[in-house]
Amino acid sequence: MSLKLEPNFHEPGKRYHRAFTPGDDFYESLIETHRDLSDEQSAMVNARLILLLANHIGDIAILREAMKVARERV
Amino acid sequence: MLRTYEYPKYEYSQPPEQKSGDIRRCPVVVVGAGPVGLAAAIDLAQSGVSVIVLDDDDTVSVGSRGVCYAKRTLEILDRIGVGDASVAKGVSWNVGRTFFRKEEVYNFKLLSQADHKRPGMINLQQYYLEEYEVRRARELANLDLRFLNKVTSATPRDDGVVLQVETPDGSYTLQTDWLIAADGARSAIRRMLDLEVEGKIFSDRFLITDVLMKADYPTERWFWFDPPFHPGQSVLLHRQADNVWRIDFQLGWQADPEEEKKPEKVVPRIKAMLGADREFELEWVSVYTFQCRRMADFRHGRVLFAGDAAHQVSPFGARGANSGIQDADNLCWKLKLVMDGRAPDALLDTYSEERGFAADENILNSSRSTDFMTPKSATSLNFRNAVLGLARDHAFARALVNSGRLSVPSFLTESRLNTPDVAAFAGDMEPGAPMDDAPIEEDGKVGWLLDCVGNRFMALVFVEDPASVGPAQARAMCTLADAPVPVEAVLVSPEGGTGPANLRLWRDCAGRYAGRYDTRAGTTYLVRPDQHVAARWRAFDAQAVRTALARATGNTE
Repeated sequence: MSLKLEPNFHEPGKRYHRAFTPGDDFYESLIETHRDLSDEQSAMVNARLILLLANHIGDIAILREAMKVARERV
Repeated sequence: MLRTYEYPKYEYSQPPEQKSGDIRRCPVVVVGAGPVGLAAAIDLAQSGVSVIVLDDDDTVSVGSRGVCYAKRTLEILDRIGVGDASVAKGVSWNVGRTFFRKEEVYNFKLLSQADHKRPGMINLQQYYLEEYEVRRARELANLDLRFLNKVTSATPRDDGVVLQVETPDGSYTLQTDWLIAADGARSAIRRMLDLEVEGKIFSDRFLITDVLMKADYPTERWFWFDPPFHPGQSVLLHRQADNVWRIDFQLGWQADPEEEKKPEKVVPRIKAMLGADREFELEWVSVYTFQCRRMADFRHGRVLFAGDAAHQVSPFGARGANSGIQDADNLCWKLKLVMDGRAPDALLDTYSEERGFAADENILNSSRSTDFMTPKSATSLNFRNAVLGLARDHAFARALVNSGRLSVPSFLTESRLNTPDVAAFAGDMEPGAPMDDAPIEEDGKVGWLLDCVGNRFMALVFVEDPASVGPAQARAMCTLADAPVPVEAVLVSPEGGTGPANLRLWRDCAGRYAGRYDTRAGTTYLVRPDQHVAARWRAFDAQAVRTALARATGNTE
């Protein structure tokens, strides 16, 4: 398996009539997670979020690939 | 006056009630001759209701304002007789491009399917649409359009509303059974009834310009995040009719609206964008802020709010005028049934429910677009720019780029007017869905499904061979028309041929109907006057259709 780079957001039990909806649902939650936090707190939340998601994914080969893509052209 | 458009001045004539001093009682008064009020008035007048429209002005929209009219709106405009004029004058487009700094990062197509009559979107200055609607309204003998008639008070009663109206000749009183308030974001009727509208104001300002120029840019929607010619902000470019281009510049909350409107401020911004050599003239300039908010209930007794009077959204997504015209489309058939005593008064509550659901969806989508375009914190900006940076190479990030989710009709899947499916279906045409178009052929002439349905309830019965429909079944279909709320049954078949003499027969000539509606022999759709699906089955059953019709019209005990 390799890193998924096609749209992949979905939620159990939800049916979507518009292709943009699941991604927008996610993005809104992401921004909402940072509401009322200072920049420093937000940076900490982001770090924790990465660690949580990384553990959930588990496959270190996938994680290395993601880390590589994230660093490209920054 | 503009270089490309002369505002019409509509004639005022003294209302007869004012001359005579009589107090007239009318069935319906519409306040506001904007795109929404006129759509409602025309729709009702076409169905035989006498309507008076009151407007405090005597011309059309000043400035281009609502520019984008979506496919769904065009389908409604077709039914009120102004679709062709709008599409002929407007600029049809289907592709949007999004740029981040100097690079294109994402593009989208509004309509990816073939075989729809109308394009994904047209751009047309609002004054043209209003002019076409006024022209259409004047063809209808039962539609009384009164300019320079300003409502100064509205007193609701159990059985109607009493209005005081001021004209250049003084004031007069009108009584009406029903009042449709389509008098815009600052609705005077809403204020007179002391009703609240709740939501949030976005702290941002936008400069809107209509620019007259000859340019050969493709007819696409172009949107820039942080372009070199307007750093740190966003810019939107749209082509309209008559070589008028609409350019919106995000200014930020600190901008001084009066200062920013001055040509010496506006012209350099446009030159920075278009290059110093491009010749252009300014047609119209405005600075605006916006709010996302709605009334809790669009219905207050005999008063029905529609369009901006009931709900407002940010302009990103063209969900303002488009949703208002859909309000009118949802409201008018229900109001007509209630006025005729063929549906209970409670049917009108479903107007507020269904269009409130749509308003929530519009507010959600336009708020999300606004949050993406104008991030509220350093972290939000960082995420936004990360998405834009990844978008060039990675499809998942392109799907997150939000430069406006353009107006599409709501799937009213939660509506209590729907009859839930009892059989399995593929595709999107579930109860509550706005109908997809398809080419169909009748009597050798090829036309469009959405030109043939609407304005009444219909049952579309799919059959492999029209000759296979026996006389008893044909009779069962025909008798659906002999009811207080008639249903016109039509056969749809992949093959031509001959069916029962008294039933219309449509040939699904491109096979799109079968594909989009997932039909098999017997598949029956009950569709509403506003072209939403009410119910569907795998076999025709007249009693099931009657039960679903009762549900769709609120006639259930």
